[in-house]
Amino acid sequence: MLRVFRDLFRYNREFAVGTILVLIVLCLTVASFFSPYPPQDSYVVPPDVPPCWAYPLGTNSRGQDVFWQLTVAMRNSLLFGVAVAFLSRIISLVVGLVSGYVGGVVDRVLMSINDTFVVIPLFPILTLFYFMMRDHMSWVLLALAMASLGWPYDARLIRSVALSLRNREFTTQSVFSGMNTRQILVGEHLPYVLPIVFSTTMNNINWSIGLEVTLSVIGLTNIETPTIGTMIYWANQHTAMVAGIWWWVLAPVATVIMTFIGLFLLSVSMNEFIDPRSRLARMGA
Amino acid sequence: MSAYAWYLIRRFGQFVLVVFVGINVVFFVTHATPIDPVEQAISSVTQFGQTDPRAVEIMRKALRELYGLNGTIWEQYATFWKRLAAGDFGPSLSAFPTPVSVLIRQALPWTTGLLTTSTLIAWGVGNFLGGLAGYYRKSRLLKAAGIAATGLQPIPSYIMSLVMLILFGYIWPILPISGGFQMNVSPGLSTSFVWGVVWHSILPVLSLVLITIGAWFIGMRSLVSNIVSEDYVVYAELAGVDRRRILTSYVMRNALAPQLTGLALSLGTIFNGAIITEFVFGYPGLGTLLVRGVNSGDYSLVLGIASISIVAVATAVFAIDLLYPLLDPRVKVE
Repeated sequence: MLRVFRDLFRYNREFAVGTILVLIVLCLTVASFFSPYPPQDSYVVPPDVPPCWAYPLGTNSRGQDVFWQLTVAMRNSLLFGVAVAFLSRIISLVVGLVSGYVGGVVDRVLMSINDTFVVIPLFPILTLFYFMMRDHMSWVLLALAMASLGWPYDARLIRSVALSLRNREFTTQSVFSGMNTRQILVGEHLPYVLPIVFSTTMNNINWSIGLEVTLSVIGLTNIETPTIGTMIYWANQHTAMVAGIWWWVLAPVATVIMTFIGLFLLSVSMNEFIDPRSRLARMGA
Repeated sequence: MSAYAWYLIRRFGQFVLVVFVGINVVFFVTHATPIDPVEQAISSVTQFGQTDPRAVEIMRKALRELYGLNGTIWEQYATFWKRLAAGDFGPSLSAFPTPVSVLIRQALPWTTGLLTTSTLIAWGVGNFLGGLAGYYRKSRLLKAAGIAATGLQPIPSYIMSLVMLILFGYIWPILPISGGFQMNVSPGLSTSFVWGVVWHSILPVLSLVLITIGAWFIGMRSLVSNIVSEDYVVYAELAGVDRRRILTSYVMRNALAPQLTGLALSLGTIFNGAIITEFVFGYPGLGTLLVRGVNSGDYSLVLGIASISIVAVATAVFAIDLLYPLLDPRVKVE
């Protein structure tokens, strides 16, 4: 395991860059536990101080230290992304594995529903959801709503792998040795699709953080919880760009872009690692 | 019956399914949540000062009727579909008494225009460059384009629009960052108006193109680099067919079919990106209207936009499905 990691780091530039970016972001999130100020308090430091030694990323108009605010925001955003990705992985695994293994009518029905959910525009629906919930909107509810809508792309991917597993000899053997469908799916097929699940997890974390940022910026989430999105929301509310407090906007935007690119590179390099054909193409064979 | 007709029937079935499931999700979201939009609207009216209880009762009744919330849940469900079929979502509360359908009809062309232009540019240019990159794998320039595409692909629409806004609105202010046309020109088919529309659409279109172009580039590159090693391509090369001809009509044409399916599948996501970008740039389309509806507590408007979005995206996907046989003639035979 460690050797694979070392080789990847050495020979795959995407993996190396992705790991470094994600590590920086993880360091930020860990740093949030050492924040000297409670995250929701305002006017704890002088407002609108540009980046300097005392405040490495400056302070904002609400009298908060942008750096410490950023660490907490990043932690919440990342946690949100991981929660959505984890929950939606469960749905996409069930749909993908069952659809690929059982096949026939079940497969066709599940895939029609799957394609339907791929196409439906989520943003207006999530907006409507916020509109109905208003003050009852919380972090957990939003994560649940997004998880129940964000699984279809990956379910299709998992299905395509499961489809190829169905005709392999070990599957036939498991059937003959009396394993039931659930046992085959969990015990035999799940390990095969796990690598691809990991790589889709990265993309799904990206997707959910992106959507969370968007909803927060418009003010469609609980704006009191510091996340990357609500940070930009408050900066916009105080017209930070017009007032020239660019560090307030730049810090969250740069960090979140770093996260996106880092996770995306990890997923790309993982995909390449799983698919030996692209590895060969890379080596010039 | 011919294979083509079967194909059309299947795709139409999918269209019906998308609309059906989408509208059901909307109904579920609006009716399974504990909050009553009528009480919400009433409390926002009555929170200042005393209101006659009888007036509140009348208002409650009127709003129930207006929102289609009378009767049992099944009657409400029937009303919901009936209204959608008629395209009637009642008057908008924030722009009373203009009907919601009129507001949507005014906004829809802007969104459609923005979406069509940016999707055509991103899909066309992305696929073309990606195809070149897959075929000429040694080219330095195309490798650099690949790195740029990898960097662009994961950026979500809001962040991209914001970065564009900061770049061209504050750091190098040369492009208009808000609105869809000049304020001092009356809408019409005059040169100055059309020019204003084009000028104002540059930044939103550019953001949308940059968001999506990376995915098309990378997808096409990997498709083409797989096709290049197929026997028929090698044979064509050995037979001395012009390389440009191999690339365009042997390789790219075959790779375009899955990319067109990809376009149909990602249309919902692209639509999300478009309405978010509209909101950032204050573009007079559905996105801006949606946010306005939310901020002013306009239930009918938000509901109307959510429903129409589903129908519009489903229709666009169906239209792409109709184009598919042009690229992949196999669906006509089988």
